[in-house]
Parts: sequence; C-alpha cells; structure tokens
Amino acid sequence: MMTARHGTIPADRAGVPLIDGIDKVTGRARYTADLDHDDALTARIFRSPVSHGEIIRLDVSKARALDGVMAVVTGEDCPHTYGVLPVAMNEYPLARGRVRYRGEPVAAVAAIDEQTAMRALALIELEVRELAACYTSQEARAPGAVLLHDNKPGNLEREVHHEFGDVHSGFAAADLVHEETIRCAEVNHAQIEPHACLTDYDPVTGRLTVQSVSQVGYYLHLMLARCMEMDTSRIRVIKPFIGGGFGARVEVLNFEIITALLARAAGGKVMMRLTREENFLTHRARPQTDIRLKLGMLRDGRITACECEVVQRGGAYAGYGIVTILYAGALLQGIYDIPAIKYDGYRVYANLPPCGAMRGHGSVDTRHAFECMLDRMARRFKLDPFAVRRANLLRAPTRTLNDLMVNSCGLAECLDKVEHASRWRERIGKLPQGHGIGMACSHYVSGAAKPIHWTGEPHAVVNLRLDFDGGVTAFTGAADIGQGSSTMVAIAVSETLGVALERVRVVAGDSAVTPKDNGAYSSRITFMVGNAAIEAARKLGAILSQAAARKLEARPEDIQCVAETFHVGSSGQSSLPFIEVVKAALVDRGPITVAGTFTCPPEAQGGKHRGGAVGSTMGFSYAAQVVEVSIDEATGLVTVEKVWAALDCGHAINPLAVQGQIEGSVWMGMGQALSEETHYLDGLPAHASLLEYRVPTIAESPPIAVHIVESRDPYGPLGAKEASEGALASFPPALVNAVANAIGIDLNELPVTPDRLVQALVERRRRTRLGAARSAAA
Amino acid sequence: MQPQSSQPGKRLVRMKLNGRWREDAVGENQLLIDYLRDVARLTGVKSGCDGGECGACTVLLDGEAVPSCIMLAVRCEGRSVESIEGLARQGKPSRLQRAFHEKLGAQCGFCTPGMIMAAEALLRRNPSPSDIEIRAALSGNLCRCTGYVKIIESVKSAAEMPS
Repeated sequence: MMTARHGTIPADRAGVPLIDGIDKVTGRARYTADLDHDDALTARIFRSPVSHGEIIRLDVSKARALDGVMAVVTGEDCPHTYGVLPVAMNEYPLARGRVRYRGEPVAAVAAIDEQTAMRALALIELEVRELAACYTSQEARAPGAVLLHDNKPGNLEREVHHEFGDVHSGFAAADLVHEETIRCAEVNHAQIEPHACLTDYDPVTGRLTVQSVSQVGYYLHLMLARCMEMDTSRIRVIKPFIGGGFGARVEVLNFEIITALLARAAGGKVMMRLTREENFLTHRARPQTDIRLKLGMLRDGRITACECEVVQRGGAYAGYGIVTILYAGALLQGIYDIPAIKYDGYRVYANLPPCGAMRGHGSVDTRHAFECMLDRMARRFKLDPFAVRRANLLRAPTRTLNDLMVNSCGLAECLDKVEHASRWRERIGKLPQGHGIGMACSHYVSGAAKPIHWTGEPHAVVNLRLDFDGGVTAFTGAADIGQGSSTMVAIAVSETLGVALERVRVVAGDSAVTPKDNGAYSSRITFMVGNAAIEAARKLGAILSQAAARKLEARPEDIQCVAETFHVGSSGQSSLPFIEVVKAALVDRGPITVAGTFTCPPEAQGGKHRGGAVGSTMGFSYAAQVVEVSIDEATGLVTVEKVWAALDCGHAINPLAVQGQIEGSVWMGMGQALSEETHYLDGLPAHASLLEYRVPTIAESPPIAVHIVESRDPYGPLGAKEASEGALASFPPALVNAVANAIGIDLNELPVTPDRLVQALVERRRRTRLGAARSAAA
Repeated sequence: MQPQSSQPGKRLVRMKLNGRWREDAVGENQLLIDYLRDVARLTGVKSGCDGGECGACTVLLDGEAVPSCIMLAVRCEGRSVESIEGLARQGKPSRLQRAFHEKLGAQCGFCTPGMIMAAEALLRRNPSPSDIEIRAALSGNLCRCTGYVKIIESVKSAAEMPS
C-alpha cells in the first residue's frame, strides 16, 4: 500500500476515470429530461390535498374537455396494485377510493404543453370525506387509532421477533447492563436529478417504450406489465444517464406507471418531469426510527447480550418496509461476535409519504444506536473506544447466529488504519475544551444473496460479443447511476482477457438488448455482475486461446494473453497480436457471443427462520472511521474538522471509484448526522426544497482521508466486495461520540442540529446549578 | 412554479451564446434555462430544483456564474452567455473538464456542468485559488455524490494545468 496525500490506496493501482466521464463533463450526457421530446405531451399529476380521506367524488370531465388536453387518467384506469414484495403490494399508482397522505397521486393529465396541463389540473374536482390521520408511530400504534389499511390492525405493516442465543443468561453474566432510547429523524435521498420519465406507446403495434430514472429497470418492466395488463414482450425499458439514486429509484415509483397509463390513453409519447417538491412527496427514503437498545458487557469490553427494539414510521404504504425492518434486526449481526441477540421490530403505517430503501438500507439507525452505546459503556470501564471494538471482533470465515455467511473481514485492519492515521492515541483526552474526536464501525452487504423476485435464474448475467472489428462489447442490465458500475465491468473484462480497457465497450440497461439484471440495489453490482463479467471474459478467453493455440501449434492451456498479445507460456518467443487471434477465432463460426453468470449458492441465502433471507450476502464490507469536531457552545454549531475513513472492500477493482464512493457515503452520513431531516406540519412537507432540506454544502464539508483495506474475499470478483454503502453508517455515531468527547454530553437524537445541541447544553447547566444548590443546602 | 399570464408577449433578443451571436423571439416570461435547453438545445444546462436552490443550471453571464433558472432570458439582451457546451475547443475538453474527469470530480454527473461553470468563473478571476476560495465560490452548487472532496481536488488540479 502506498500513502497518498489523504490516505492509503493500493500501491499497484491508482484506478481509472469513468468510461462515461467525458460525456458528463462536456454536457453531452443525456439524462431523461434531456432526451428528445419535441413531439411528446407534457404530463402533470393532481395530488391529494388531505392526509387521509375517502374519495366521495372525482370529476375530471372539465379537465378532459379542455382544448389541448390529450389524456386524463384516474384510479379507474388501473385496478392493480404495485409494490416490492408480492405479499405487500398495497398501493395503487393513482388512488382508488381512499387517499392516505398529502400529495398522493389522484389523477394525471397529458397535454400539449405545461400551461395547458396546469390549467387542466385546476379544473379537476375532488370531494373527500376527511378521516383522522396519524403522523407519528406513537399515534398510529395507540389503541383506537384510525386504521390506514383495514387488514393491518394496530397500523403495523410487519412485526419481527427474532431471538438467537440465550439473552437472559447473557445479561445475567454481564458486569454492566445498559439501556438507552435513541431517535433518528427521517431523511431523504435528495439525488440532484429530479425524477423523470419519457414513455412512448404505439397504439398500432401495442408496444410500450419507457426511458426512466430507475435503478432497477427489471422491476419497472414487471410492474408496468402488471399494472397495464400487458405482455412483458411488448415492453421495452431503457436506462438513460441517471443523476444519482441512493435507493430513491430501487422500487417502481407511481409516476412511472402513471406516465405509461397516460401514454396509452393518449396513444403517443409523454414526458413526465417531477418538481423538487414532488420528489420529496414521492420520498421512499429512510424512515424516522426509534431504537431502544440494551447491551450487556463484561469488564474487559466483551458484549454478552443484545436486546434491541426498533420502531420505524414507514409512511402510508408498504414499499420496501418489510425488508427495512428485517434489515434493521439482521444487521445487528455480521460485524461483532455477540453470543445472544433479541430483536423486536415494528414497521408502522402513518399518513405520510411512503418510506423505502436508502443507502445503508435498514442498517444505519440501529448501527448508530449500537456504536454510541458501545462508547458509553466502554467509558464506564475506562476502556478505549478502539479497545472495546477489538474485544468483540468477528473472525472470518464464520456464520453468525442468524446464519449469515461471513467469508472475509478486514475490520481489525480498518481499526488500525484510522487509529494510526488520526493519531488517536496521542490525541484522545488531550484536546482542548470544545474539540473532540470520536470513532465508530459499520458494515454492509455486497448484494442480497436471495433476490426479492426469486425466479431460480442466475443472480447476474453478462453477455460478451466479439466481432470482426476486434471490439469486445459487454452487455449488462446493471444500472450505472453514477457509482461507476459500467467502468467496473469494463475493467473486469479487460483485466481478465488481457486487453486494453479502450477495447471494451459496455452497453447497459436496455431490456431489448441487455440480459436481465436485478439492478442497482443492496450494493450487489460489483460482487454479482463483476463475477458474471469475469466468467464471461474467461469463456471468451478460452475460445481465443484455442484459436491462438492452433496458430502457434501449442496447447490451449499454455496460451496467455498479456497486453493484447498472445504468447505460449511466459516466453515471449512465439506470439500473436490480439486482432490476428480474433480473425482466426472467427473463421467458420462468425461473431462470438458468450454469457457469464453468477449465482449465490443456497448456503449463502440466510437462515430458515421467517425473514431469514434478509441480510444474507456472500460478502460484508467493513468500515471504521474517526471524526474530529469543534463545537461553538454559544451557537451550538458543530463543525467537522476532518474525517479518517477505512473501508475493507475486499479488493479495489477501481481504487479511484472506491475512494469516491467512500467519500460520498461518509459525507452522506454527515448530512444525516448534522443537518438533514424531514419535517411535516399536519402531513404537509415543510422541507420540500433543497433550501429547507439541508444537504451540506461544499463550505461545511470536511476533508476525508480514505484508507482502502483489501481483505481479498474468497468469493468476490478478483476478491472484491462492495464499497458504496458500508462507510455511511459509522459517521453519525462517530460524530455523536466526538461531541461527547468534546463537551461531555451524550446526545440521543439525530440530527445534531444547533438547536438540539444548545438545548442539551442548557439542560446540563440547569442540572449543574440544581446539583450545586442541593449540595449547598446539604 | 412561475405564475404565467395567458398571453405573454415576445421580444427579439440578441445574445452571444458560447461565442456566437444569435437572435430569437423570446417570451417575456421565459427563463434563461428554458431558453437554453428548449430553444438553443443546450441540454448540458441542468434543472435540479424548483428555482435557485441547487446550482445545477449555473451558466456564465458576462463571465459571472449565475443560476439560469432564476434569470429571465430577455435580461440577457446584448450580453454573453456561456454554458458547459462552450468550454471544449475543437472537441478537446477544457482544463476543468479534464480535471473533473481524471480526478473523479463527477460521479453521476448531473451537478457537474453547473459545478464546472461556477469553477470556470472562479479560475478566470482567480487563477490559483485556495481551498477556502474554492469552497466559497462553489457553495451555491450542491453535489450529492462526491462529498465535494474530489471536486476541490479537480479545481486545484485544473488550476495547476498549463492553460
């Protein structure tokens, strides 16, 4: 490893820029809103003005009659629900009979231009009988609360009760049992590209072509077929450039189906572009979460038992809710060696926009509570925060109590890296008042070992094509949403074949051309698609080696291709350039197409208990980070001075991209820790702009020193695991621990906004004065 | 959402767009971003918010970085407007474009055109800016991918390249 200005990257590889990077920096890259839509109609959505109510009357006749309006659709046009898990699809693209949150789509219009569409919306008449609404988990769970869904008593979407090991004995054996309640605000992805889709329906052929911002074109394809009652073969889903996702687009979104309904009704092409406010209404992000956590610990720092209750306010519909509440419990495991764990999870419906998956899906808020508690308990035993983590490390390979495979673990090295780089030992406890350092760890899956739509097909397929021109084209359904996955595929193919990166083209995300892929979620692409790409490249390499062997009169197994030249063994004596071998290989058979696949074996797919598949993965990434803060006690402002982050990603296929992913995820954790939070007033989003929803600007964003740790996963492609999500969850607890180190206050609520910090300081002063008065009186 | 009168008047507007003068009949209420994207077809100018929040639509107006989504096109009469499409010369990316590509200042790329234009305005008035000056100049441009680390590196690297 070599030391860079800000951290450590692998000495043998700096990495390469993104293969589509030039298009992005020159403005040539076409995102959905940039696609040619001259002949398209403009779509707008009419949304519910109330949080909860029965639709008494919906009259769109005046809108439909307006000159220039080509289509109006309502819930009448789609009697099918859509969603994620087959058992929990309880949402209509357009409300039918009932609305459950302010901003829920009720009707939509397609018109010749924006002004006409807006005028048409104003002509829609909606009469609603308002019902009582629940805005918090507590209200929704209270006895007698109005039910959002008649079949869900207590407004519970899903309860999870898991117990592994002997929790009772674990607590009995502990030297210290500590319990706290920690609260995390709801946050939003706030990807900079607003949602959009361009949808074309040809009434003559009955074909539907959709270009959308989806991270999972395959799910969109399935849901369009379901909601439109169409044969899947008549649908084509194409991915343009996508301006970020972070989970916002892993589930099919209502506007995508609505636009398809409009396109069919209008018999043509329709462009839908949502405003930023509508992006916040569409939501699907991390829920407001309450965590009650109880840990037992021995004097040496060993954890003896863990009991955790999580309540997530999931919003009005199911979405990914069941998966999120299962993740929150499952990922208590897989990072430390804990002998007994009890988990109780409650996913609650409320009259707010539906939550969904967001970077670090399900793991972030429970990890936050856990890492804060570890520090607080370690303090009681005068243990260093690093020491208490080292006392509980998992040793790979192993299986967790809930039957998750852990095949590689570089957390110990991550701890060493950030401890050393931050000069922790020299500095801890010696910083001036108002300055502090804190640390925490986190982990995340490299793809779900059991996909949501379980079909028995491989988890990933990559096709490679080689033709007369000598160009190698990789076809993948994997969605590059800015994380660099297409570049990863190109590197994996070029390194395996021994050819230049520039020889490889990647065609991604077009259902008519590329093989099906489960999409960009749960950090699965590098692990699964990377493995499939390598297998495809090996197959292509074998065909080329046979051709080279014939020409060089050698055995195929002795042929090697290095730097686009085929040799016999390692001797440079008889050799052939790549293009000569291609020509030889094409004789008689013509263009070559091969497929590589990857499948997670059954033993990787989690435990047999209900919900046991969630959390299962072939490879966990591990992260440790140190955060340094300074605090202005007058204003309550926390400034992050510097961050040291180490991530075990197995092997960095593209170290440049890995650094970028680590920096981005650490920083996104900072937003959640310091300033990001949604805020509703009677169900009305009061945060629905990028001014009110406070994403950190460049002015307040710290330097981040990145350390890449390579534990070489036995199953990962070239040893790689995920690098995009694992480092997020250790930021918020490292920050809260740093605040405690700086001013001696333990905060139990995120985000740590100035008002919350000032409140905590005021309360401490009051307690100190009270204590002084009492001791004076005594 | 802009309030729109039923029949907005039009005016002939002449502006120098990426170095070439052009004239168009422009609605009096037309925003510069809509003119650039829909009339001049410069879709490198991005819209990321509902007005003046994110900086993705930043262009140069007489060399100053401005958000084109809160600027009327008619106000650009007789002035020079530059967008991301105007930076490359004979198909060769500019220093900032090269640096953002090589240093991974762009991930998803959606904020990138605005970010580069804001940085371009900075480098023209201050050829070797400090970290703090870079942070100040780009503080109106939001990025959700990079954590800004590599954006700062990209601007510094561009400043060090021979022009």
